[in-house]
Amino acid sequence: MRKVLTIGVAGALGEPAVAAEVEVNIEIPRLDVAEYHRPYVAVWLEHADRTAAKTLSVWYDVNHRGNEGDKWLKDLRQWWRRAGREMKVPADGITGATKPVGKHAIKLDASNTVLKELAPGDYEVVVEAAREVGGREVVRLPLKWPAQGPVATEVKGKDELGVVSLKVTP
Amino acid sequence: MRLSAFAKAAAILAIALPTAGHAHRAWLLPSATVLSGDNLFVTVDAAISNDLFYFEHRPMRLENLTITAPDGSSVAPENVATGKFRTTFDIAVGKPGTYRVALTGDGVFGRYKLNGEMKRWRGNANDVAKSIPAGAEDVQITHSQRRIETFVTVGKPSDTLSKLSGSGLELLPVTHPNDVVAGSDATFKFMLDGKPAAGVKVVLIRGGSRYRDKLDEINVTTDQEGKVVFKPAVAGMYWISASVRDDKSSVPNAKARQATYAATFEVLPE
Repeated sequence: MRKVLTIGVAGALGEPAVAAEVEVNIEIPRLDVAEYHRPYVAVWLEHADRTAAKTLSVWYDVNHRGNEGDKWLKDLRQWWRRAGREMKVPADGITGATKPVGKHAIKLDASNTVLKELAPGDYEVVVEAAREVGGREVVRLPLKWPAQGPVATEVKGKDELGVVSLKVTP
Repeated sequence: MRLSAFAKAAAILAIALPTAGHAHRAWLLPSATVLSGDNLFVTVDAAISNDLFYFEHRPMRLENLTITAPDGSSVAPENVATGKFRTTFDIAVGKPGTYRVALTGDGVFGRYKLNGEMKRWRGNANDVAKSIPAGAEDVQITHSQRRIETFVTVGKPSDTLSKLSGSGLELLPVTHPNDVVAGSDATFKFMLDGKPAAGVKVVLIRGGSRYRDKLDEINVTTDQEGKVVFKPAVAGMYWISASVRDDKSSVPNAKARQATYAATFEVLPE
């Protein structure tokens, strides 16, 4: 009871809403191509003016010999221009290895610092995939923060991405 | 004999930029303009051609090549080779930030009459007195300043390009040339002797011209602040060029000065 009251007061003082969980689910499609490499994928939040708010996840060839994996990060062109080139990689809790064909979830629970520090506003969740000797694709999903109720939206990529969905549980 | 001496002089100075009646384009083409990672190299082709960016006429000579690193230091080109159609060289781009690759030329072109015969001479400004005979009549000396550039950025762009030489026609970025995106406005500023160059016609041409019937050039003119704003619809390598002709030469007796600028930059896909 006391605890709830504390949160209520914090909310009234304009603190960002807490206790919401955000899940981004990304499907990497199976592709019938002569030479297949797992795509590099970046997931980030953008402000309405398209500037980057926060990078959530980057999947790339982290352990490539001689740091060669970094060399292709610029192929995630939008992410690289808006956020990637400002970052140091690898970054704890953000960068990880490339993922195989299938569905992969990025879950940010209420304790996640990104969510805790996220100012109220209109955002877009942007997912960009770029594949070595392959193509590139960017998809976007709107995110109003803090969410007033549960959110479940999805978009289907055409080539390099399958279904990308966003679920917000306040 | 006279002609071959002229041809030789022209070849030595040859950074042939487009002037009226001289359609060839001089360019530097980098293998990459935006890079991530460490211990990187880019390779650059340097050529003079009609179509962009094809090697079909002459290689570019590399006199007065300056490669400026993000920290302001100079970088020497590596593996320089000149073939029939192009010159190539590598650049170690080891530091984060922007590199400027610049080829400059500064010379004079003289026309005069000697014993009733028209003569032409091309060379260094300091050699005018000893190269044009005392008895020459109708002497016309044109001062020619040329600058050909390209830009490469590792990681985040730096302010390398904000430092100008202050001589001739130069590009001062408002939009960083490694940050130009298809479908978005970009702004460049042109400076003549370090001051805004107003009313200068600027042309932008996308590479790959061999595979389209129209040149699709973008024509813009600098405003009072020397600025041009353009919006390239399509991504690709672009060649930008501008030229100024005036009478403000530092060379004694030069009636005219021709200052030319050209650069290659990449318009990135959205």
